[in-house]
Amino acid sequence: MSKLHSFHGGIHPPTHKKESTQSPIMTAPLPAQLIIPFRQHAGEAAKPVVQVGERVLKGQLIGEPVGAISSSIHAPTSGTITAIELQQVAHPSALPDLCATLVPDGLDEWGVRQPLSYRQLSSVELQKHLRRCGIVGMGGAVFPSDMKLSHPVVVNTLIINGAECEPYITCDDMLMRERAEGIVRGIEILRHALGTDAVLIGIEDNKPQAIAAMQRAIDESSHPFKVVVVPTLYPGGSAKHLIKVLTGVEVPSGKLPTDVGVQCFNVATAYTVHRAVEHGEALVSRVVTVTGNVEHARNYEALIGTPFSDLVALSLPKADTDRYIMGGPMMGVELPAVNVPLVKASNCVIAASDALFPPQPPAMPCIRCTRCAQACPAELQPQDLYWFAQSDNFGKALEYDLFDCIECGACAYVCPSSIPLVQYYRYAKSEIRARDLEKRAADLARERHDFRQFRIEREKQEKAERLAQKERAAAEAKAAAAAVAAATPADPDADTDDTQQIRIDAALARAKEQAAAATPKNTETLTPEQRAEIEAIEARRAKIHDLAADAGADDEPPKNSQGN
Amino acid sequence: MITALWIMIALAALLGMILGYASIRFRVEGNPLAEKIDAVLPQTQCGQCGYPGCKPYADAIAKGEADINLCPPGGEEGIHKLAELLGVEFKPFGEDAQPKPKAVAFIDEQTCIGCTLCIQACPVDAIAGAAKQMHTIIAAECTGCELCVPPCPVDCISMLPIEEKLTNWKWRYPVYELRQTS
Ligand code: SF4
Ligand code: SF4
Ligand code: SF4
Ligand code: SF4
Repeated sequence: MSKLHSFHGGIHPPTHKKESTQSPIMTAPLPAQLIIPFRQHAGEAAKPVVQVGERVLKGQLIGEPVGAISSSIHAPTSGTITAIELQQVAHPSALPDLCATLVPDGLDEWGVRQPLSYRQLSSVELQKHLRRCGIVGMGGAVFPSDMKLSHPVVVNTLIINGAECEPYITCDDMLMRERAEGIVRGIEILRHALGTDAVLIGIEDNKPQAIAAMQRAIDESSHPFKVVVVPTLYPGGSAKHLIKVLTGVEVPSGKLPTDVGVQCFNVATAYTVHRAVEHGEALVSRVVTVTGNVEHARNYEALIGTPFSDLVALSLPKADTDRYIMGGPMMGVELPAVNVPLVKASNCVIAASDALFPPQPPAMPCIRCTRCAQACPAELQPQDLYWFAQSDNFGKALEYDLFDCIECGACAYVCPSSIPLVQYYRYAKSEIRARDLEKRAADLARERHDFRQFRIEREKQEKAERLAQKERAAAEAKAAAAAVAAATPADPDADTDDTQQIRIDAALARAKEQAAAATPKNTETLTPEQRAEIEAIEARRAKIHDLAADAGADDEPPKNSQGN
Repeated sequence: MITALWIMIALAALLGMILGYASIRFRVEGNPLAEKIDAVLPQTQCGQCGYPGCKPYADAIAKGEADINLCPPGGEEGIHKLAELLGVEFKPFGEDAQPKPKAVAFIDEQTCIGCTLCIQACPVDAIAGAAKQMHTIIAAECTGCELCVPPCPVDCISMLPIEEKLTNWKWRYPVYELRQTS
């Protein structure tokens, strides 16, 4: 047994895992309709590639990835696409997002499935396959798994996360108990793609059955994977913290695990990798825990796009249930409505009531007891971060490493003043991100404006040059003509007068030429119409400038007041 | 000994020349303070401050000719930044310069006659189109300055407020109802 390490802080909230581990995973019945969002992963949303009215087969691609960080979306069962429109999704904003509505035909007929023998495949080919199958991290971050396999540096340890530290959630626990063999096969595929030797599987000690099942599957497979039992401590299942506990290596602030030679995948991700590679199945379903204020808390294997209301109904919510939380009680978000669809990130839905989760007492001022700092696993100073966030002092918050906060809620859990600390951090983070984007947009605008100024200047110069050239040519022609005229007559008196006239003409032409070169005005050679047009434009410009200068005073944007 | 001295003198002269040349050739143009001010201005280039763009306003502030509360697109946040940068007191917006919600211009493509007047007005070249052809706004590059709205002879440009979507949604500042204690 390798030596275990520990991380700073952490808390021991009641786990409430027993309730939902009493019965095996049940396959949820086919719902009447599925709502499949095109944004179910980190990065760009997928682009729809099906038409309304089209019949699709189970596992058929309906949304293709856009850009580098993106993933595919598939039809979870066979049926007809009846709509592609904005619908409410599981997001705390309650804003709608683009979704496809699929009415199942009940046949659950698979499209083409393409199993691969991965041992012959390179890591790049495997990555392509995973991207095609829509495989993303199932632990909650839904980062495309293919991206996690492509890394520029050598990774020597693969860590498989079976810790599942958050209270109430048991989907990974049940998956390990029932499908350990598939998980182990998936881990071997990931290990092959990464080219690592060491594989450590971290599982918290409150899951003895899962530990035994995984150990048995590993023994049968004869892979040299190691199950490491870690103490139950929230948030020990956060990737950075599990890495610290298993290897003693700390992932520095702002770095990725691969930078320290480690990569981490969730057990459920390993299982979907196995289904995708060895069965050719796209990610169309997942195991989800339904628990909390319900009669029958348990885990379901449900199709992506199943409305949560269907799943919750199977578990019989108690009468006083008044809201639903997606994810765990520590990091989860309240669902805007219970009929929003299950997505790849949904590991758990908790029926909540005031009896189960008593409302937070009103927040009191911070007494700087630093209990939060003692609990913070990221070794931050939550009381300072709170102070900076609530006063919009974002520069200071950044200085105090706000972005190292994993929003675990340990600080808020121990805070005697019941301050909703995490909400302040989320607020500050999203403000900082928005400002960053604004700054980038401003830089772009400055660049474009400077370029425009430069272009206008250049055009002006070119015009002036052309004009000067023209004038010079005209003057030369005139001088030549005068010289010819001077050469012909022989009268000496007339001669002096004429030569003088020629000199005067030449001097005038030169002066004109100089003037043209110094102040480039191309108004001499214009027709009256052109002159009139220029004047009109100048007048309009002056007007625009005036309007723009006092636009701030107007309630509505300045209209086309000067007409035409 | 003498040769060494000569070598040193020659070297010194050569390096001096190189340095002198470099200081002329690579002279930093402009005013560093104005550049710092320009860096915190929103670059909308709308002219609402009374100057023909952000850079001229920055120059004016640097020279002490303009107040720091004249840029509505920058919002109060912008005034705070300027105050901090210049070490002066925060100053609220005047009556006639209040910030508006961010917007982008939109051209009604049915009505546009392709006169190119808006293209000439746009300070950041965010309008694409050629003479007698329909014009379109490149929304990602539009700063929302509204300069293209008045020149349009057929009134087909409108300013659309930027909608809140999942991609630009922000967590709100926590607001809590205080519960009555009995
Ligand atoms: S635990 Fe709460 S009261 Fe104590 S220092 Fe932290 S924020 Fe302040
Ligand atoms: S939510 Fe952030 S600040 Fe609070 S304990 Fe967790 S990591 Fe630390
Ligand atoms: S008012 Fe407009 S032009 Fe003036 S500084 Fe602000 S954004 Fe720039
Ligand atoms: S398109 Fe109109 S509103 Fe947008 S930047 Fe150009 S001139 Fe300003």
